Amino acid sequence: MEILISLIKIVIVLFVLLTSVAYIVLLERRVAAAIQNRIGPNRVGWQGLLQPLADVVKLVMKEDIVPRQANKFIHDLAPIISIGVALATFAVIPFGNRIALFGHDIKLQIADVNIGILYILALTSLGVYGVTLSGWSSNSKYSLLGGMRSSAQMISYELAMGLSLIGVIMIAGSLRLDTIVEAQVAWRWNILLQPIGFITFVVSSFAETNRLPFDLPEAEPELVGGYHTEYSGLKFGLFFLAEYANMVTASAIITTVYLGGWQVPFVHSLGLSDVSVSIIQVLGFCFKVGMLIMFFIIIRWTLPRFRYDQLMNIGWKVMLPLAIANLLATGLVILLKWV
Amino acid sequence: MNVEIIFFFLVAALAIVSAVFMITRRNPVKSVLFLIVNFFCLAVVYLILHAQFIAIIQILVYAGAIMVLFLFVIMLLNLGDESRLAEKTTYRYWIAAIAAGAALVEIALGVGVSLGGTHGSFHPAAAEIGTVEFIGRSLYSEYLFPFEVTSLILLAAMVGVIVLAKKKFH
Repeated sequence: MEILISLIKIVIVLFVLLTSVAYIVLLERRVAAAIQNRIGPNRVGWQGLLQPLADVVKLVMKEDIVPRQANKFIHDLAPIISIGVALATFAVIPFGNRIALFGHDIKLQIADVNIGILYILALTSLGVYGVTLSGWSSNSKYSLLGGMRSSAQMISYELAMGLSLIGVIMIAGSLRLDTIVEAQVAWRWNILLQPIGFITFVVSSFAETNRLPFDLPEAEPELVGGYHTEYSGLKFGLFFLAEYANMVTASAIITTVYLGGWQVPFVHSLGLSDVSVSIIQVLGFCFKVGMLIMFFIIIRWTLPRFRYDQLMNIGWKVMLPLAIANLLATGLVILLKWV
Repeated sequence: MNVEIIFFFLVAALAIVSAVFMITRRNPVKSVLFLIVNFFCLAVVYLILHAQFIAIIQILVYAGAIMVLFLFVIMLLNLGDESRLAEKTTYRYWIAAIAAGAALVEIALGVGVSLGGTHGSFHPAAAEIGTVEFIGRSLYSEYLFPFEVTSLILLAAMVGVIVLAKKKFH
């Protein structure tokens, strides 16, 4: 029975994740169009709502081209690593409190492990492989440059990311993600307790997901397409999917760690039944994640791209010292019991 | 035979196969990939032993950071075929053969000794040892001095790297 419940949770989460990724692509194109004073895709279905399906059909029908000198096996493996890592991170994210359905007390989280945050950090550090290996195995200058840039970038920003999380871990006193969410009851959200940590974490998330203003690995004007220049058809589609899935995962992590996760303030004072409170909390979680994704999209179409040396300077000379200062300040406050 | 033991043998076999492939591949990038597979198998073995923290650190530090740097260096230097890098000197082969033989004898003796012993039962407190809380507590109380010494060594290495990297600009 336990296994069955877990399987159902996995299927639902994957289905929601992949569907929302398809529609985030559409949302991004419509928002970009609005910002640039265009209309955007609105032909397939009402307001373009069937456009993601059309895109998928197009990608599946395309020919899969592999460069002659490429390393075929690693060329095939790289997109699988990318998408696998992007989806696996969602396993530890709590998207709701417990819910009692059909006589079962179900925890709305796929895997409740006591090293939740370390698991997320380990998976994000593995994401580098997909990008690096695709760049190397394509045997093309542009791909290799994109792959190298991205590995350097991801290694640099992982440090700031990990260090900003330590402040939150110190406040909650646990690496368990559901304990961290439970500690943020009412308005004790970590964004208010850890504003500097929040900023460094969000900036590092932009760099880790390779989004503008930090999308150096795939800077089109310089690198043609970056690490996925030599990919086509469904394998390119997997990279595309992985990029957007990473964005959703990053938003979900930010929500869980800094924005109170599934906590909705004042929901208990409304006098609703337990099941409806749980459903409102899940919807609250989805709402916060949606707002963050909108933030990601608007930033992409508002800010210009950084130069490569600027990117490295920000990572090592601004973000890292800020994260360390935040860590020391948090330690001092906890030691003196001011909170 | 319970599931855990079957699972252990599967993972252990995969670890040995990937280790052998790591040594025999001509292409250094493939060697790195097989080493990563090997690290993952080790992490799974740690998980079977209820050592969650060590398992995740194995992936985070070795697979996630150190091997990325290996891959980075191999790609940067564009190391192609191993034959170009082959050593001319033969005495190293002899030293390596002796060292490998000694290690093999040691492992064989160790396995022989443990086969002769009796099976202990699984102590419930053993699962506690693998948790983050336990490792953190013993690291900062019992093993505080070795911990601080290690951090000093790491600091020295970091300073050394900065000095070496700065040299270019003078």
